Amino acid sequence: MNASGFTTRLVALTRKETRQMLRDRSNLVVGLLLPVALILLFGYGLSFDVKNARLTVVLEDSSPTARQTVVGLQGSPYLAPVWVRTMDEAERLIRAGKTDAILRVPGDFSRQLADGNGRVQLLLNGVDSNTASTIEGYVSGALSTPVLQQADRTGNKSARAATIVIVQRTWFNEAGESTWYLVPGLIVLVMTLIGAFLTSMLIAREWERGTLESLFVTPVRPLELVLAKLAPYVVIGAIDLIMCLLAAKYLFQVPMRGSLMLIIGSSLLYLMVSLALGLFISGAMRNQFAASQMALLASFMPAMMLSGFIFDLRNVPVVIQVVSQALPATHYMSIIKTLFMAGDIWPDILRSCGILTLYALMLVAATRRKLGKTLE
Amino acid sequence: MKTMRNFLDSLMKIMALVRKELLTILKDPSGRALLIGPALIQALLYGYGATYDLTNVPYAVHDQSRGAASTELLARLDGTGVFHRVATLTSSDQIAGMIDSGDALLVIGIPSDFETLRVSGQQAPLQVILDGRNSSTAGLASAYVSSIVAAYNQSLGGAPSVTIVRRAWFNANLESRWNIMPGLIAALSMLQTLMLAALSVAREREQGTFDQLLVTPLTPLQILIGKALPSILVGLIQSTIIFLIILFWFQIPMNGSVWLLYLGLLTFTVTSVGIGLSISAVALNMQQAMLYTFMLIMPLILLSGLLTPVRNMPEILQVATYANPLRFGIDTVRRVYLEGAGFSDVAYNFIPLVIVGAITLPLAAWLFRNRLA
Repeated sequence: MNASGFTTRLVALTRKETRQMLRDRSNLVVGLLLPVALILLFGYGLSFDVKNARLTVVLEDSSPTARQTVVGLQGSPYLAPVWVRTMDEAERLIRAGKTDAILRVPGDFSRQLADGNGRVQLLLNGVDSNTASTIEGYVSGALSTPVLQQADRTGNKSARAATIVIVQRTWFNEAGESTWYLVPGLIVLVMTLIGAFLTSMLIAREWERGTLESLFVTPVRPLELVLAKLAPYVVIGAIDLIMCLLAAKYLFQVPMRGSLMLIIGSSLLYLMVSLALGLFISGAMRNQFAASQMALLASFMPAMMLSGFIFDLRNVPVVIQVVSQALPATHYMSIIKTLFMAGDIWPDILRSCGILTLYALMLVAATRRKLGKTLE
Repeated sequence: MKTMRNFLDSLMKIMALVRKELLTILKDPSGRALLIGPALIQALLYGYGATYDLTNVPYAVHDQSRGAASTELLARLDGTGVFHRVATLTSSDQIAGMIDSGDALLVIGIPSDFETLRVSGQQAPLQVILDGRNSSTAGLASAYVSSIVAAYNQSLGGAPSVTIVRRAWFNANLESRWNIMPGLIAALSMLQTLMLAALSVAREREQGTFDQLLVTPLTPLQILIGKALPSILVGLIQSTIIFLIILFWFQIPMNGSVWLLYLGLLTFTVTSVGIGLSISAVALNMQQAMLYTFMLIMPLILLSGLLTPVRNMPEILQVATYANPLRFGIDTVRRVYLEGAGFSDVAYNFIPLVIVGAITLPLAAWLFRNRLA
């Protein structure tokens, strides 16, 4: 009797919520199209891979040795060197933001090099520190080669003696493609955004309009209300998830080394957490304006900045690490990156999934409490 | 005299509307907290959390040689203060576990004939295995190891290579925080100004008070100004909070003129508010207004150059970002703050901002009257 009442009410409420969701077309269109648009936009738009970096070369030494030294700059697909005559001209370019770096080969370079003391000057615009470091790496790579070749040609065999060479292998992402780790991260962001924006207004709206009070006089229980509000949006989120996964695999060619079932399973788990978080915020704030701001500030922004999406959590201070570990997005981020690039690494996945399950249960329970039949 | 009186009259009307708008924002305690709290907390959290700089590289070693060279090399690695040895492996089977679990970012393998090869003047291979799950970190760590090995080679009297004397302008130590934090002055304040503006008209529509506003003697222009000013004010206050935190807490030196910085911020904020009000005027209720705002915020932030440079984007997207006020807001703040750029250096940033503002603000005013539910 009791159980059947629960089911009847749940079905009726779910039907009402679904109708309400379907009636607002803009909601539905955005909910279904936005994720695809976002993943396409960012999959192509976000990249750390610096190509054609703008480098200005000032060759003050016109000797063949000096030319030989910088010849490697031109073959590189990563550098787009521009040659100017004077340092003044180059400095003007860097100040005007028309170049990112200046490489200066001083007039006495070849003489100094013969003494084993060849120096070139690299001036970087440090405002974009990441690009600056990358350019430094490219330039040092492009410069050292001709000198070694030259040393060989002159028969100076000892030049190569006694050196340690690095044999490097990068696991999971051999070519160092930033797309490979950004796209799985984008799935996390999209799932977070969907959860936050689809549900964060739901309860607050009913509080504002007073319809929640009318529900209090019906036999509907808070848990039924929470579940009924979540159900239609889980369906939307699941459709979004599938579209994101297809885009990741077929458009961006991110490898899926873990099992597909685990990817989908853990993503659905996070979707629940994300939707429940939105609902909890909605129930707690009781006001659409505050709820929408909180949803953005408490779920989306931290997921973007502190979940390990771009910034490696190993590099942040302990306090920030504690904060980021408290975010559900951090755990999903680690699962999804591992599943996409590394494979089924069970201990990590189980731990993170356990944490996400806890979050889902806690949030549903907390929302239920917020909906307790009390009036102010 | 008459025009003067008209002007004063219009000013009074606008001020009355501004006062009412500010009261709506400020009367609610949670609303007040939302104005200052998020800017403060986010500036501190992201100031510490948003960094590309390598400060902690946990690594494991599988040293089969245990010779002088490998010991010296590892000592140099440990001496950086960045590399921390978390494990000394005894078998190559353990490498996978260290990398998979993320306990080590890299594993260094030194073969047993390392010392023999090196002494006999042959190339001695140093194996480096990296976790590529975050390709940025992996790339930085790899470059760091290379530079340590290169320095070691040089100390052994290796190849006479060209020394690069590096000097970075505007950010001598290439700290990524210096790059990201000034960007946050614009980005964080935009989030809330956009929302505030987007929900302001939508809320009145939903509550039915907007129709009442339309039948008052206020012209659409006066309503526009009355609605825009409070959001602009809030935006500038938030920017100021973040600016002060960066300057005094994180102590990133400000090189440019404060006036120019604020001129840039003002232009940028007005444009953001223009976008917000246009959303608000299109939306029929708060849910829709919020939906459109969320839909815009993610592209605006991620395609602004805040986290990844605009120049790395495909050509088409670079063109599309001309419509993104945040791109030019961030660029202006960064260049004025760090480079000490003058007005002529950043003038080109104002053009797209002014254009977007000149489209969105009149559009919002027009929509006030012409979009009736």
